[in-house]
Amino acid sequence: MSIYWQLFTSFFKIGAFTFGGGWAMISIIEREIVDKHHWIERSDFLDLLAIAQSLPGILAVNISIAVGDKLKGGKGSIIASLGTILPSFLIILAIAIFLTPDLIKSNRMISSVFMGIRPAVVALIVAPVITSAKAAKLTLTTIWIPAIVALMISLDLGTVSNPVLYIVLGGLGGWLHWKYTTKSLHN
Amino acid sequence: MSIYWQLIWAYIKIGIFGFGGGYAMLSLVEKTVVTPGWITEQMFTDIVAISQMTPGPIGINSATYIGYAAPSHVNPELSGVGWGILGSCLATLAVTVPSFILVLYCSHFIRRHNESGVIKAIFAGLRPVVVGLIASAAIMLMNAANFCPDGQSYQLISSIAICVAAFCLVYFPLPTGKGKTVKLHPILVIVLAGIAGYLLYGI
Repeated sequence: MSIYWQLFTSFFKIGAFTFGGGWAMISIIEREIVDKHHWIERSDFLDLLAIAQSLPGILAVNISIAVGDKLKGGKGSIIASLGTILPSFLIILAIAIFLTPDLIKSNRMISSVFMGIRPAVVALIVAPVITSAKAAKLTLTTIWIPAIVALMISLDLGTVSNPVLYIVLGGLGGWLHWKYTTKSLHN
Repeated sequence: MSIYWQLIWAYIKIGIFGFGGGYAMLSLVEKTVVTPGWITEQMFTDIVAISQMTPGPIGINSATYIGYAAPSHVNPELSGVGWGILGSCLATLAVTVPSFILVLYCSHFIRRHNESGVIKAIFAGLRPVVVGLIASAAIMLMNAANFCPDGQSYQLISSIAICVAAFCLVYFPLPTGKGKTVKLHPILVIVLAGIAGYLLYGI
């Protein structure tokens, strides 16, 4: 079996069997590419993960591009990312074709099911707010940052509510903080 | 035709500025596709729910679904399946193209400068912002369309009860006896909420 085919099937499995995206996928990716196929070392996997997670874009797609590139260059990265994308693309396309918004609205059973699901979805997004706040090691001196970001974006005030603005400011703030603190160390 | 260019441009932007993956991207996706009226607020929440119940990354799921639904929602002339599939393909491709360029460039760059303080400092500044992005996605979905679409108080009360119960089930580990605990899988919580909805409103 060629390495390209193995890359494709491994990432196809990862795309087809991970629910909830992002962090839920990582243990399965690790098992496939580190434990099963020994394509990369565990320490290198953590480095790839740090890059994939820090960059914008879809985490699983970023990881597949990085692993494919490390193994087989550009061609490997295209094949690995196609494997990740195809299962969800095909499944969602089938759902979009058959489960139209009109059907959700007009079918009493489907609409009542979704009325129960919508508030639960909100709860499922509140939970990662807390876990990510813990992972980011927020303290009393930094907790105002996510609070202001969340407030400004949800107030919906046009340009000042654009999430992109806060991503740029966050990166800039990290850089300025580093520049200021390393300078004061030298003085 | 212009909806397709708008979709491509919107998803390239989401691909470039969607930091933190999954839930952190949601507020950006919501701002980009709900504000211009490509889909409704309720359709957006349904997509999040469908993404939870189906495998795969939420970013791909939303691009595929919104790419399919937006053309016919904006322009009734584009209501055929073919027009929808075209939108799906374009949006899904558009959201992954920036990843290729950035990941390939950065992994080569970082391999050469992996101890740089600047890069570490920038990532350190981004982390608290990402927490705020996830929080804003949750806050923006706490609205009347999701909690009491018909404006009745029993709907609001049962929706809040479902929301609180779902949070507890996902966040707090349940004891299974023998001193072990288990956290409920989000898919199971979605299924339970769907059953609750059917029992409350469907019969």
